[in-house]
Amino acid sequence: MHSPHRDIVFLGPQSPRPTVQSLLGPQERVLCMISAGWREREGELDELERLEGMAGREVLDLALYRRVDDAFGRDTELFEAHRRRQNRLKEAQRLYRLRLGHALRAARELFASDDGDLLAAERRAAMAALRALDAHHLRRIRRIHDSFEKEWQPAARPAIAAHAAELAALVARASAVLVAGGHVGVLLNRMRLLGVPALLGDTRVIAWSAGAMALAERVVLFHDHPPQGAGDPEVLDAGFALVRGVVPLPHAAVRLRLDDARRVALFARRFAPSLCLPLEPGTMLRWRNGALTEAQAATRLQYRGKVRELAA
Amino acid sequence: MNGALRKLEQAAPPTAQDIDEFIASNSFPLVERQGVTFVYRGEAEEVALRIFIQGLPARQPLERMDDSDLWTLFLDLPRNSRIEYKFEVRQQGENQWIVDPLNPHVATDPYGANSVLRSFGYERPAWTLPDAAARPGSLVGVEVPSKLFDAPRRTTVYLPARFRRLRRYPLLIVHDGEDFLRYADIKVVLDNLIHRLEIPPMIVALTQAGDRLVEYAANDRHADWLATELLPELEKEFPLLGEPASRALMGASFGGVASLHAAWRHPGLFDRLMLASGSFAFSDIGAHKRGPVFDPVAAFVNEFRNSPGRPAERLFICCGIYESLIYENRSLVPLLQEHGMQVRYEEVRDAHNWENWRDRLQAGLTWLFPGPLWMVYE
Repeated sequence: MHSPHRDIVFLGPQSPRPTVQSLLGPQERVLCMISAGWREREGELDELERLEGMAGREVLDLALYRRVDDAFGRDTELFEAHRRRQNRLKEAQRLYRLRLGHALRAARELFASDDGDLLAAERRAAMAALRALDAHHLRRIRRIHDSFEKEWQPAARPAIAAHAAELAALVARASAVLVAGGHVGVLLNRMRLLGVPALLGDTRVIAWSAGAMALAERVVLFHDHPPQGAGDPEVLDAGFALVRGVVPLPHAAVRLRLDDARRVALFARRFAPSLCLPLEPGTMLRWRNGALTEAQAATRLQYRGKVRELAA
Repeated sequence: MNGALRKLEQAAPPTAQDIDEFIASNSFPLVERQGVTFVYRGEAEEVALRIFIQGLPARQPLERMDDSDLWTLFLDLPRNSRIEYKFEVRQQGENQWIVDPLNPHVATDPYGANSVLRSFGYERPAWTLPDAAARPGSLVGVEVPSKLFDAPRRTTVYLPARFRRLRRYPLLIVHDGEDFLRYADIKVVLDNLIHRLEIPPMIVALTQAGDRLVEYAANDRHADWLATELLPELEKEFPLLGEPASRALMGASFGGVASLHAAWRHPGLFDRLMLASGSFAFSDIGAHKRGPVFDPVAAFVNEFRNSPGRPAERLFICCGIYESLIYENRSLVPLLQEHGMQVRYEEVRDAHNWENWRDRLQAGLTWLFPGPLWMVYE
C-alpha cells in the first residue's frame, strides 16, 4: 500500500495564476505530469513549461488518456467490459441520486426549522440517514470496481501491462509527479485502469483541483447553484486515499454558497470526521508522513456553518 | 412617492438650485420597491413616456412640478422588471423621441437606442459581463456558396478558446447572429459560460439574413439553405459532432419562427432549439391581425399546430410577459410537450428586446447543451 513517508501537496486551481512552480526545489529536475483530466488537451504542457522556475526541468507527460485509448483499441474485449462497468456505475449513481435528493431535502428542512427538543433527534436521524446512504453508495461502487478487477484483471492484460511498464519506468526517473485538475471521473478512471497509484511509491506528489480530489479517500462532487439540476453534493467514487480524512473542494468560493451557514454546516457534518477543505487559488496544503505539516491560504468548513482558517 | 421627490415637492415651489441638488444626489429613474418614478428635466410644452409593454398605454404623460422644468411620472412596476423606454418631448410644437438624459443605462438595437429601466430586484447577470479570467474564443468569417440564394453568404463563426481541430464540437446556428453579437453580447456570454463549464466548448455560426422579414417568415428556401448548404459547409470546414442532439438552431422573434420552421421541415437534423420571443402568429378561426408580413408565419404556425410532428427533442422557449407575443409562446409549450418533446419554458418581466434575449442565454444554452460543470474541477 502507499508509503506513509510520502510528501503530498494539494493546491488550489492553477489558472490563471499558477503556484506549482514555487514548490519545486532545484534538485527536482525531472517531473512526471498527469493531465488525463484534460482529455483531448492532455499533454498540452506549454503553459506549465513556460512558467518562471521551470527552465531546465524535464516534464514527462504520462499520457494516461491516450494510453488507455490505445489499450482499448488493441483489447476490444477489455474495452467492452469496461464500458459495461461504466454503465453500471452510471446506473448506480442515478439510483443513489434519486434517494439522495429526498434525503437531502428532508435534512435541509429539518435544519431550517426552529429549535425544539424533538427536532434535535430528528436532525441527528436525518444526518445519519444521509451518511448511511453515502456509505452504502460507496460500498456499492467499490463492489462494482472489485468485481471488474477480479473478472478482467486489467493489469495482467498485455495491452495494459505494456503501458504500465512504461509508466513505471517514467515515474522511476521523476522526483515529483504532478496531477492536474480537469474531469475527475476521467482522471480516476484512467489512473485506476493503468494502476498508477501503485507506481508512485515514495515519489513526491503535487496535485491540484480534480487531481487532489482523486487522491483523497472519497470523491465528492458539488455545486450549490448549477444552471440546471438540483445541485446536491454527491459521492462519486472512492479516491486513491493518498491523503486520508479530507474532502477537497476546489473553487469552493465559486461553487458553494459559503455564506449560507446551514448549507455549510450540513456539508461539514455530512462528511465528518473528514475535514472539508476549500482549495482556492493560492491554497497550499502539505502532508508529510501522513500528517498535515503546512497550510497556506487554507480554510475548512465548520460544523457550525462558518468557514474558518485552517492551521497545520 | 419617492422620499427625495416628496421633499423637493414640499419646497413648493422648488428653486432651480433645489432641483440641481435633487438631480445631483439621485440616480434616475427613481427605483423603489413599490414602483418607479421617471424624471425629466428641461423646458418643454409636454413630456411623455414611450414604452411598449403589453397591457400599459404606449404613451403616458409626465407631470410638471409646479412651474419648474422638472417632470415626473410614477409607474407601479413589479419587481425584477426590465423595460426599455424613451421620452417624447414637445418643444416649439415639435415632438422628439429621446433617450432619458438622466439615465446612463442604454440598450441598442438595429433601430437605435433606448433607455433601460431596471426595476427593484433586477440585476444584470454577471455572466453577461466580460470576465478577465475567461479565455476568449475567436470569430472567423466563412463564405458559404449558395445555389439557393444565387450568391455566396458570409457567416461569422465563433470558435471556442483552445479550439482544437482534433476534437469534435456541438454546433449552434444563430439567426440574426451579427445582431446577437452587437446587441446581446453573445460572444462574451459564450466565453463566460464555456469558462464556467456551464456549456461545453461549441462552434457557433452567427448567420445574418438578407431580408429577414421574408427569409425568416417560415421560408422554405431559408430552411433548405440551413439544411443543405450551410450545415454541409460548416461540417466540411469545422470538426463537428455528427448527431442531431449536438446541433441546435436558435433565434429570437422572426428568428424563432425560422428556427422552428427549419427543424420542422428537416426533422431529425437539429434536435435542439432555442426560441426566444418567437413571432408565432396563428389564428384559431378567421385571419390573424398582425399584418401581411405575418401571413406566411401564420400559415406555417396553423399547419404546425395541426401537425407538429417531432421537429426536435429538446427546446428552450422564453418570452417576456410585457410582449404581445406572450399568448402565442405560451400556447406552444403544451403542444410541444404533448408530442413528446422536452420543453423548458421561461417567462420574465421583460419585453421584445435584445437584452431580454441576452439574459436568457444561460438558461437556454445550458438546457440545450449542459456543460461538464458537475464533473470538471480545473
